[in-house]
Amino acid sequence: MFSGPGRISGPSADRPWTFYALAALFGGWLLFLYGPMLVIYILSFQGPNGGVTFPMVGTSLTWFRDIFRPEQMANLPVAFERSIALAAVVSILTVVISVAAGLGFRRRFPGSGILFYLAVASLVMPSLLVGFGIGLGFQVLGLPHGLFTSALGAQLTWTLPFGLFTMFAVVNRFNRSYEEAANDLGASPWQRLRYVTLPILMPGIIGIAMGAFTLSYDEYARTTLTIGTRNTLPLEIYALISSDTSPTLFAIGTLTTAVSFLLIGITLAVVLRMQRRRRQLNSVPPLGSTG
Amino acid sequence: MDPRYDVELVAVTKRYGTATAVDAVSLRIPHASYCCLLGPSGCGKTTTLRMIAGHEAVTDGDILINGANVTLAPPIRRGTAMMFQSYALFPHLNCLDNVAFSLKMRGIGKADRHRKARAFLALMHMEAYAERLPSQLSGGQQQRVALARALITQPRVLLLDEPLSALDPFLRIKVREELKRLQRELAITFIHVTHSQDEAMAMADVMVVMEDGRIRQAGPPREVFEQPTSAFVARFIGGHNVLSGDRGPIAVRADRCRLGAPGDGPHLSGRVAAVEYQGGMVRVALTIQDGDEISALVPDATFYRAPLEPGDPATFVWSEQDVHALQSA
Repeated sequence: MFSGPGRISGPSADRPWTFYALAALFGGWLLFLYGPMLVIYILSFQGPNGGVTFPMVGTSLTWFRDIFRPEQMANLPVAFERSIALAAVVSILTVVISVAAGLGFRRRFPGSGILFYLAVASLVMPSLLVGFGIGLGFQVLGLPHGLFTSALGAQLTWTLPFGLFTMFAVVNRFNRSYEEAANDLGASPWQRLRYVTLPILMPGIIGIAMGAFTLSYDEYARTTLTIGTRNTLPLEIYALISSDTSPTLFAIGTLTTAVSFLLIGITLAVVLRMQRRRRQLNSVPPLGSTG
Repeated sequence: MDPRYDVELVAVTKRYGTATAVDAVSLRIPHASYCCLLGPSGCGKTTTLRMIAGHEAVTDGDILINGANVTLAPPIRRGTAMMFQSYALFPHLNCLDNVAFSLKMRGIGKADRHRKARAFLALMHMEAYAERLPSQLSGGQQQRVALARALITQPRVLLLDEPLSALDPFLRIKVREELKRLQRELAITFIHVTHSQDEAMAMADVMVVMEDGRIRQAGPPREVFEQPTSAFVARFIGGHNVLSGDRGPIAVRADRCRLGAPGDGPHLSGRVAAVEYQGGMVRVALTIQDGDEISALVPDATFYRAPLEPGDPATFVWSEQDVHALQSA
């Protein structure tokens, strides 16, 4: 009655005991990873009279409605908007700076080693200290703390090193003769960048943008000391956790996860559509296409 | 201005820090000729090609193309086009857009550039693959697209960096015939970098043998084969035995050597090290006293009248008239 892998690799009785040990370990790890989240998703549909623990007292969407009820959680939708806006700006800046830097670092120049270590040093420094330093710095200089000033800077110290590292990996696999071919065919430096280098690097660049966006979207430690008075979503949620204990928190968790999946889904759909379009282009009958 | 030459190199030098890759190379390539730069790896042949293309800065010296000094000109202003070793077809563009790329850079409209690109694909018999991506083509097909992409710039000089090295042996021979025919039909100069002397001998009008960043000998293949100037050239192009004569090193062509008896003329004795059947000829390799190996190419009929086995003693004989004196190294 076996099907699937059991059949291919022979009778399951032949498997060594280590298989079961490792399978159990892996199962336990999956449970550890997804179990708590699953509990939160289920509990977010708690009935109106239920609490933050099992059992479920009926099911409802009460707690989701609660998020958008002005008098209770007035700040959540606003915080969400702030988070998305900040993440978008961080993502764009990270892409622009790390792509430029990644291309620049292909050439050794005086001080390139030191510059590189300075750029990535903030990865190893404690986040809280970096945030504290930036917050203090703004205070000393008499500059106002804010979303697109101190918080933006603090988040960039976190996303830029990641972007730069990703870009190094991307650039490493990039064959320089593509650029030489572009020169050979008369492309100006800008044309070469626009029509050859960037399109070939595009999958990596999208990766950097997505990575920076998610890093920014749930950044806490650096943002908390630099944000000023208007919170991003993670800060707002953290504030709620310490003041409120209702299934609304779970509903927020479910909602933000849904947003994440939506984002991933959209990206995937775009990539698939690009691939399909490319396939269709190429399945045109060879001689029938007279342009 | 000397329009007799498509390419002139005047003491062209390339240094990387203290290392000299190309050392004062001078060369004149006549109009519409097939020139092969030949040499072992690291001899500077690819660097020379890349300097002619404008992809490598020249440390010293001048490069003239059709009489114009292009030493500092960007690639597109030189009248050269290069076909890269890996072809470097843009992976995100289909064949048509790859070929049309240089026209697009010049701002030529889509309809016009596609029409012209189709014509060049047709020249290479690749029009049926216009909509394919490079990754969907075989190596030989990619090469044709790369050729079309280079030729559409209407170069005076086409530069080919080891164009046959990625192809299997059968295809290689077919493609080298095609390249030679293409060069004759277009009546432009091809400069072809290779480390295979077979390739250079088969294709070149001008064969340039390089070693250690210098040109050791340049000339028609037949001249180079019959009158190699140095022991290096004689050894590298193959088919020669380099022996020590009375007044310095000499070269004797392997196909002019025989196996005979000490009374037959100049000779060396040794033992047979290997016997290679090559069809019409049999190559017999001998180890002589000092451990050197020499070889004779013997017609099969002659060899099988008195066949030898490895280990047999043999005498290696040549004629005084076949001795070619070499420059002492």
